[in-house]
Amino acid sequence: MKTQITESVWLNASDICSFEHVVEVSGLSPQELHALIDTGVIEPSNDDPGNYFFHMQCIVVARKARRLRDDFDLDTQGLAVALNLLRRVGDLEAEIADLRARLVSSRRP
Amino acid sequence: MKYIDYYQVLGLGRDATQDDIKKAYRKLAHQYHPDVSSESDAEHKFKQVAEAYATLKDPEKKAAYDSLGSHPQGQDFVPPNQWQQHFHEQSTDFSDVDLSDLLAAFAAAQRAQHQERARRPYNGQDFEATLPVTLEQVYAGAEAELTISLPEYDAQGMPRRSPKTYRIRVPKGASDGQRLRLPQKGGAGFNGGRAGDLYVTMQLQPHKLYRVSGRDLYLDLPLAPWEAALGAKVQVPTLGGTVEMNIPEGTVAGRKLRLTGRGLPDSSGRQGDLYAIVQIDVPVKLSERERELLRQWATESRFNPRSFPGAAT
Repeated sequence: MKTQITESVWLNASDICSFEHVVEVSGLSPQELHALIDTGVIEPSNDDPGNYFFHMQCIVVARKARRLRDDFDLDTQGLAVALNLLRRVGDLEAEIADLRARLVSSRRP
Repeated sequence: MKYIDYYQVLGLGRDATQDDIKKAYRKLAHQYHPDVSSESDAEHKFKQVAEAYATLKDPEKKAAYDSLGSHPQGQDFVPPNQWQQHFHEQSTDFSDVDLSDLLAAFAAAQRAQHQERARRPYNGQDFEATLPVTLEQVYAGAEAELTISLPEYDAQGMPRRSPKTYRIRVPKGASDGQRLRLPQKGGAGFNGGRAGDLYVTMQLQPHKLYRVSGRDLYLDLPLAPWEAALGAKVQVPTLGGTVEMNIPEGTVAGRKLRLTGRGLPDSSGRQGDLYAIVQIDVPVKLSERERELLRQWATESRFNPRSFPGAAT
């Protein structure tokens, strides 16, 4: 089996992509993406509704939105509620993991 | 090819109606959807449920699936002759064919026939994978290999799975859960369609010494009672190599001692800190001389570690 050395695109907060790119790779429609921007679930990195740009990490949220839309038949309002709650759960889980890391682990049973 | 009993996956009989199928899917989706479930193997279970639903909700796919007959779950089977004729398949080896890929290709071909045999391009499917990474790889930056089985079409249009290995650069400062996209490295396209993308999620593996909190690392540092009481210089392992740490006199258990800049780097290169949490350990077995010295210490010391203000006497 041949190993391929491949270029990858990090979905992070430092690189930028266009509105069209988010639509293409997420599978959301332009109308759905606009609706999620209106609810604040997806935040563009600029303030120009005619020519929005996004941090690459928005693709992760947009793809999650498309999965939830397809798998649960959710409309954009339902998606916004679900995504906000999932973000809060994620933040709380990260906080618990951070606090657990600071606890002394027992070395002896 | 392994047979998957999609009816059984959804907990249904073969006479299930479209309404039954939808209801069963919704119930299981709420239980196993990887975005909402906390079950450990939710992703794998949901994949089966979603595959079953995608097949049984589509009348053409369902009819094609039903025509394969009923076999025990997971049993190796070969599709009937009419299927092989459909793909003009000469080979009798179906071991690398995935049932869901086959049904998707069959449905696409059926649609193409309805459109006057138009050879419409079909884009490949996106795939997701998890890449386990170690703290050492994140600390220094590294290359990691990811092997995934992806569908490719043979000359007859039969989708066959083959393993692909990608070498991925793990940048210094990558964090747990960070994602990357490998454009057009997912499932192959058909009739000139573009390949799907591969999405990879970094999963930081637990370390036997360090616990991670953001960019900071936490390490338990066991000290002997005399090291804690008198102070000492001890060797502490860090990801960048062993360093000497000064233990101040009178160090108590639970005290956090910081090694600045010995944690994980972030994407801009700033280093977190390493915290050594003091644990005071005692020998399980004492020699006679140790026992004698400790008794002497106990007799001469006025130290009382227990103070319970307000406790009943």
